[in-house]
Amino acid sequence: MLTYIVKRLFEMIPMLIGITLISFIVVNLAPGNPAQFLSSMNPKISETAYQKFINMYQLDKPVLERYWIWLKKLSRLDFGNSFASDQKPVLSKIAERLPVTIYLNLVSMILIIIISIPIGVLSAVYRNSLFDRITTVIVYIGFAVPTFWLAILCAYYFGVIKGWLPISGLTSYEFEDFSTLEKIYDVIWHSILPVGISVFGSIAGFSRFIKSSMMDAINEDYITAAYARGLSKNTVIFKHALRNALLPVITILGLSIPGLIGGSVIFESVFSIPGMGQLFYQSVMMRDYPVIMGILVIGSFLTLLGNLIADISYAIADPRIRYGKKK
Amino acid sequence: MLKKLCFLILLASTLISGCGKEREDAVKRKTDSAKFGDSIIEGSIGEPSNLIPILATDSSSHAIAGLIYNGLLKYDKNLNLTGDLAYKWEVSDDKKIITFHLRKGVKWHDDTEFTSKDVKFTYETIVDNNTPTAYDSDFRIIDKVETPDDYTVKVYYKTAYAPALSSWTIGILPYHKLKGVTITKSELQRSPIGTGPYKFKEWKSGLSITLEANDNYYEGRPNLDRYTMKIIPDTSTMFLELLNKNIDIMGLSPLQFAKQTSNPRFVSDYNKYSYLSNSYTYIGYNLKHKFLQDKRVRQALSYATPKEDIIKGVLFGLGVPADGPFKPGTIWYTDNVTKYKYDLEKAKHLLKEAGFDDKNGDGILEKDGVPFSITITTNQGNTTRSSIAEIIQHTWKKIGIKTEIRILEWATFITEYIDKRNFDVVILGWTIPMEPDPYDVWHSSRCGGKNLNFICYQNKEVDKLIEQGRIEFDLKKRSDIYHKISQILAEDQPYTFLFYPKALIALHKRFKNVEEAPAGIMHNFIDWYVEKDQRRYKLTR
Repeated sequence: MLTYIVKRLFEMIPMLIGITLISFIVVNLAPGNPAQFLSSMNPKISETAYQKFINMYQLDKPVLERYWIWLKKLSRLDFGNSFASDQKPVLSKIAERLPVTIYLNLVSMILIIIISIPIGVLSAVYRNSLFDRITTVIVYIGFAVPTFWLAILCAYYFGVIKGWLPISGLTSYEFEDFSTLEKIYDVIWHSILPVGISVFGSIAGFSRFIKSSMMDAINEDYITAAYARGLSKNTVIFKHALRNALLPVITILGLSIPGLIGGSVIFESVFSIPGMGQLFYQSVMMRDYPVIMGILVIGSFLTLLGNLIADISYAIADPRIRYGKKK
Repeated sequence: MLKKLCFLILLASTLISGCGKEREDAVKRKTDSAKFGDSIIEGSIGEPSNLIPILATDSSSHAIAGLIYNGLLKYDKNLNLTGDLAYKWEVSDDKKIITFHLRKGVKWHDDTEFTSKDVKFTYETIVDNNTPTAYDSDFRIIDKVETPDDYTVKVYYKTAYAPALSSWTIGILPYHKLKGVTITKSELQRSPIGTGPYKFKEWKSGLSITLEANDNYYEGRPNLDRYTMKIIPDTSTMFLELLNKNIDIMGLSPLQFAKQTSNPRFVSDYNKYSYLSNSYTYIGYNLKHKFLQDKRVRQALSYATPKEDIIKGVLFGLGVPADGPFKPGTIWYTDNVTKYKYDLEKAKHLLKEAGFDDKNGDGILEKDGVPFSITITTNQGNTTRSSIAEIIQHTWKKIGIKTEIRILEWATFITEYIDKRNFDVVILGWTIPMEPDPYDVWHSSRCGGKNLNFICYQNKEVDKLIEQGRIEFDLKKRSDIYHKISQILAEDQPYTFLFYPKALIALHKRFKNVEEAPAGIMHNFIDWYVEKDQRRYKLTR
């Protein structure tokens, strides 16, 4: 098992190099460059500024040479400095935004699982019942409605008209003066709208997945066999069927690890949450190559890692596919 | 005896200070501690990038820096240059030497005294090749800067250059904090030290920046205890936060200003201000285009552009028709220019004169067999501009010109279309800098490459006037030159000047002593105050 993991980890290196090479070239192919955003179309700015920025960021060198320089730095885990005028190190820019994004994504993820599993299971067991139909309609509405639109409407209704919930940000203006307990309360209070809306939008996918997986399990022979042995319906469904139905969930959870650091631009803008989505969007719009590449490297590393974790936990959870043993 | 002596000294000192018109010492305005208190929260779409002003090019950075730093000079409420850290200045007869006399007793936020050393250091930093600043060109024509004493700065220019004065409005940096430090690594980028009315307190990344009143400000402490800039990237959300009274001041869109803020609830809480902004929107013509290089064609297009209707339809009336590149209300502007009122008959007539005719009867004019078909290009994400494109597409069709609209992402638009002069007609806007020198946008030599005269306007007479204006320090003479330029541009119509949009501001009613002026409302920000019983934020310092 251990040699397997080590082998897989080493396999990730050429894969990462391939991913970064392609990303680096594609990102550089986009028209415009960072120097232009700092200097163009502004009469107050010196004409020499453009060339100065080009030299400063070494943008006059060919793409492949710049990639090589970047890769050499990366091998020392140096992600470089942002091209934006704050000149901050890429890693500290990402580190600033990561906690908020992970917090929101993790809370949403947990809530999605908690809500989706019962919905999926019940819809599978009571297929075509009134409950199934109503939940189907509701979760599909959540899936179909554009998040930003719903977010604005909810912010207006719950925030302005009713005045129950805060509209934007994750803390109050007076946050610094609060006691610890008040601070926790304040953050939860501010999280209700953003988390609620992101959960509402994502339940559909996950609950449908559970439903179909559950339906597959229910139709298996061993379920019929279990009924034949005279086990109660509850035992059959929750002990035998559900356990098997949940196996594919592991894959999904593994694959959502990179999703934990990603954020939606529109969503973060509407709720004024300084998360990864906004950072990535702004860097792309400014052609801030080091930051774009930094986020891509971390994202692709986590994707590969998520795959590996999914494979390993699969093996742990399901004896049939344990690595090295034939079925 | 002693008493008498004292009296004499007192008398002498009053006499001396009475003689000079400008006072050397820091002039304190009258402050009243009863007015001290409360905070103001401003909503901003963008987060400032860098709080060292020479390193930042975004407006939110400069908004914050404007409260933290002072320049040697500043623009007053009528947009005239006046002293700030320098209380007076002299220009030598050959106009190549400017001498600034600095105020005494001005303190940096860390209590170090401000001296001429700081000024010299700021100059040296700007022209240092390792400083990533975009504002260096005005300083590169300086031969040397001398500091005869702590309160005098002599700037020697290689050539006389009138816009030089304006360049000294840039924030002066603290020598004692930055000497020997690589500026891009300095902590002042995130926690600045200036001489201004507000001191930096805190920057929560992506959320807010908070400043605190500077008790030792040379003009006297500002009334409001705190200023906070809250970063809210979405304008709809920002507006909801305004309705919820979580922010006190924000810029409104014309739609919000005209349609969504007239309800009694809003009116009872907020005052709305509208004044001309420092910008104009225009239709620019590629002057190398075989049809558009004819002046009569451009005049025809201007006649076929309904400026009034565009302002009514797109800006809800919140703008003023433009007729030149200078801002109305400043001395540089003149009203005495050819105006192009919407007149399709005149437009048709001019086109006919230029040799266009619809011979094949398809509704589109031709010249030498080539149909008059052009593309209007503008950037994505600006609905005002795309609406203008649709309106002129409609009206230009009435005079027989076929147009297509192309809307492009900003970077693509600039690099692939503007810089390569790969366009027929563009809709864009310029900010109008306080310093009026039109060299970069209108001088012949600025055509080509990444320069701003991308339409390639080349007029020998205008060139000569621009060059004269750059060395003319006399305001009256200089403005006469610019009036002339306006008249020539109005005749040539290299742009159809569309409108000067208005800046639209909503501000909570509890702030008193807000004064609207050509410069906007922020010019006397330090004098705003809130009556004791209306204060919202009580903060422990």
